[in-house]
Amino acid sequence: MTTDLVHDTTVLLKRSLRHILRSPDTIITTAVTPIAMLLLFVYVFGGAIDVGGANYVTYLLPGILLITVASGIAYTAFRLFTDVSGGIFERFQSMPITRSALLWSHVLTSVVANLTSLVLVVLVALVMGFRSGAGVLAWLAVLGIMVLFTLALTWLAVIPGLTAKSVDGVSGFSYPLIFLPFVSSAFVPTAGMPGPVRWFAEHQPVTSIVNTIRALYAEQPLGNDGWLALAWCVALLLVAYALAMRTYRTKVA
Amino acid sequence: MTTPPPIIEIVGLTKSYADHEVLKGVDLTVRQGAIHALLGSNGAGKTTVVRTLSTLLKADSGTAVVHGHDVATAPHRVRESISLTGQFAAVDEVLTGRENLVLVAELRRLREPGVVADELLARFDLTEAGGRRAGTYSGGMRRRLDIAMSLIGNPPVLFLDEPTTGLDPQSRLEVWATIRELAGRGTTVLLTTQYLDEAEQLADRIAILHEGRIIADGTLAELKQLFPPAEVEYVEKQPSLEEIFLAIVGHDHDHHDTHAPAAPSNPAKDAR
Repeated sequence: MTTDLVHDTTVLLKRSLRHILRSPDTIITTAVTPIAMLLLFVYVFGGAIDVGGANYVTYLLPGILLITVASGIAYTAFRLFTDVSGGIFERFQSMPITRSALLWSHVLTSVVANLTSLVLVVLVALVMGFRSGAGVLAWLAVLGIMVLFTLALTWLAVIPGLTAKSVDGVSGFSYPLIFLPFVSSAFVPTAGMPGPVRWFAEHQPVTSIVNTIRALYAEQPLGNDGWLALAWCVALLLVAYALAMRTYRTKVA
Repeated sequence: MTTPPPIIEIVGLTKSYADHEVLKGVDLTVRQGAIHALLGSNGAGKTTVVRTLSTLLKADSGTAVVHGHDVATAPHRVRESISLTGQFAAVDEVLTGRENLVLVAELRRLREPGVVADELLARFDLTEAGGRRAGTYSGGMRRRLDIAMSLIGNPPVLFLDEPTTGLDPQSRLEVWATIRELAGRGTTVLLTTQYLDEAEQLADRIAILHEGRIIADGTLAELKQLFPPAEVEYVEKQPSLEEIFLAIVGHDHDHHDTHAPAAPSNPAKDAR
């Protein structure tokens, strides 16, 4: 059964990766908005934002990385929606293959596509002056956090991909996710926010994830944020996976 | 001549969506090697029957056995025995025609997917188009590719759900030729259609699904016998399948001449 899942997922993964290779614009589009934000905040607002003397590009990059993933997963939902509405989903479901293989292929494709977009964003940040002395282990930790975060949001994206009635409905769900980093420590320190906003900012997942990545780049101790970020990512992933699978089972009843 | 054994047996199948009862107890037997048409108007439940048989939908009650396997208890076995060609050509538009075929061959774990793909391209007259993205194909070509994908692995039972809906007349003839060829090779075909001439042209047997039940099932000759004897005011003639259909479903419909040109615009009406 497991080998069947691996075989079928591999075949279908090859298919979705081909989709990405043939429309590389989706990767570039995913990276364009975060890069524009990076430019806007560093060169327009950055001079007026006090982050305690730190290099603002370096300060901002972790939040921008999360925004990249949040906008990238909209394409995952869109690709899944296209399969469902075009009938090929039903073709696969009526074939003797492992039934969840199609979902897994989309999820893995999402990870590959998002990591590619993330690399583009990091390259632009390097040009803009982002510097880090972080070693291989710290970079691997950043990669691990980003993969977990991408997986969590991707499973979330599976839900509208399966259930949406129109293309607009598919992409709409990602907007709140894109804006979540604004109410966190991603753009400005939380200390200057009024009470309730500050409370929300300090207790939502983005802040701990951003702080962790920032600390990894700066070669600082992670403190509690590291565990908190990991817990958030794993918890989000489990909840999103369970919800997506439930939606899927209702769909294919 | 002996009657071939049944390959699809449906007994008392029911299915409701919320308050709407789509299937009210469908009974149908399809014999091996036949082209069996399931004829009915839009919304009669044809697609619901096909989706149930192809394990995409669970029935509320009743049983359906395909190729010896119950769709409810052994869906994976059923999927090994069937192929579904749905109402909309389910091809991957980004992949080329050949890649679509290779994809299905790999999923069905055939040993030489490339060889299988090339054979099918040749058989369906798609060799030249094989390297082009399926998104650039005409409706008829997409449908041929769709059916070719369904044939990979030679499943003994093929479900064709309105295979010619939305096709131009030329493409429709191409698809008809393909279906005839398939039946010639021994594949059992359950074909749903709302086109009466399609059933008349292709099917060995015709089942009429109306308001959730099969109300007639037989060869065209048998169905003709169900037609009420000609009444005095008509000149006796062979009934067309359309007339038989309308008579059996009790459609409140005038016996107009079916060969009249399709509703020419009425200038008097437009002028008001």
